[in-house]
Amino acid sequence: MAAPQDRRPGFSKRAHLGLFTSYVAASAGAALGFVVLVVSLLNPTAFAFARAAANDVAAPAGRVSATTRSGGKTFFDVISGYIEAGSKNAQLKEELAVARSRLAEAEAIESENARLKALLDVRETDGTPVATARLIGSSSTSTRRFALLGAGKRDGVQPGQPVRSAKGLVGRVLEVGNRTARVLLITDGESVVPVRRVKGDISGFAQGQADGTLIIRLIDLGINPLKKGDVFVTSGSGGLYRPNVPVAIVRNVTRDGAVAQIVSDPAASEFVVVEPIWQPITELRDPTQETTP
Amino acid sequence: MSLGGDRLPGSGLFSRRINRAPSRTLATVVPWLTIALASLVPLSPVIASAPVIPPLSFMLLVGWRLLRPGLLPLWAGAPLGLIDDLYSGQPFGSAILLWSIAMIGMELIDGWLRWRGFWQDWLVASVVIAAYLLLSHVVASIAGGAFAPGLILPQLLLSFIAFPLLTRVIAILDLLRLARIRVLG
Repeated sequence: MAAPQDRRPGFSKRAHLGLFTSYVAASAGAALGFVVLVVSLLNPTAFAFARAAANDVAAPAGRVSATTRSGGKTFFDVISGYIEAGSKNAQLKEELAVARSRLAEAEAIESENARLKALLDVRETDGTPVATARLIGSSSTSTRRFALLGAGKRDGVQPGQPVRSAKGLVGRVLEVGNRTARVLLITDGESVVPVRRVKGDISGFAQGQADGTLIIRLIDLGINPLKKGDVFVTSGSGGLYRPNVPVAIVRNVTRDGAVAQIVSDPAASEFVVVEPIWQPITELRDPTQETTP
Repeated sequence: MSLGGDRLPGSGLFSRRINRAPSRTLATVVPWLTIALASLVPLSPVIASAPVIPPLSFMLLVGWRLLRPGLLPLWAGAPLGLIDDLYSGQPFGSAILLWSIAMIGMELIDGWLRWRGFWQDWLVASVVIAAYLLLSHVVASIAGGAFAPGLILPQLLLSFIAFPLLTRVIAILDLLRLARIRVLG
């Protein structure tokens, strides 16, 4: 097929001018984009208001699709559930019995913990969730990993608050709109979470790799003690993330750390919980106050 | 399959031809609207923990540009990129810049090439999309995170495969665009 038409303007002065104007306009658009890009690279929150407003406008569409997602998921769950009902039932009963006794132990430890913390006079921020909402979208094409949350300023969500699902940590709130909030997922390259191995006191950092995995770097260098299948939870150091929230499971051990799979895939979790920013407050008793009556 | 002259399958949908004419607004609005709607893909049910979905809105822009040159003005990249930036999660301004450059680039490519065809359009689109994804990743990695070009590979392959399918979708949308809905007289 030949080229559709020759769009060279010929001798028409008007056509020349039109072509010239369109090139000028396009170049101006590119220049504007460059300026805006530089501004937003230097100050990432510069255009947060525009994004927040746009997300607020489009949020209903996201809500509908989030409902569709959970509906579709349960549909397949129902089918696969019928297929393996019997064997799974027996297995679950066994697991439940073990879990019950574990739960009793955990409750005892929890009360002991509370007693010891009271003794040390350690106070923590209250753990009641700020909001419960659906994830209504995610940056699906960009290599940055963000998700859109269906709750915003109106529901008390503030930037910095950690977001978790029933299974584990999802991310933290980055920008807040009126009814929506943008969440930096822990798989994003910019997200760094202080973590601790469940067994043994091995702490480190989990940094996102934008492909659904985290890279775990240990603080104490030396012989790498990690093994495949090790579970990492938040350590709570530095505040922000509440300790003991599951983060990742080690998949491959590298020379000085590990590559880990996230525990809570944001696609699999229907509802997520926004928690208040966690900050441990240790108040040392003021000796002068104790002497005064 | 014989297409019967210049008519595409499905054009019988709008076969009422006497006394009817295409609406000027519809003919102008459809490409803009479809690209803007495709920018809302991040709000789709898929919550991705890795970038796997092809950049549909950009592919639609490229597709419309290749299938109907001159329909979108040369400067269309900036306003459409602005809408995409609001939802894509990229640093703000990256699509404004890259889409504008892509529009100018495709105009220049059109100036060089004397011939058109399916394979050539596919090749041009693949090159443009690959360059766009790579530059987007560069911009994103400046904003935060490591530069790892392997990350965009699955997305890139999916985009290559999906482009011919998308051109069929655009062809159907083009029929809709030129539907004879305006009643004359």
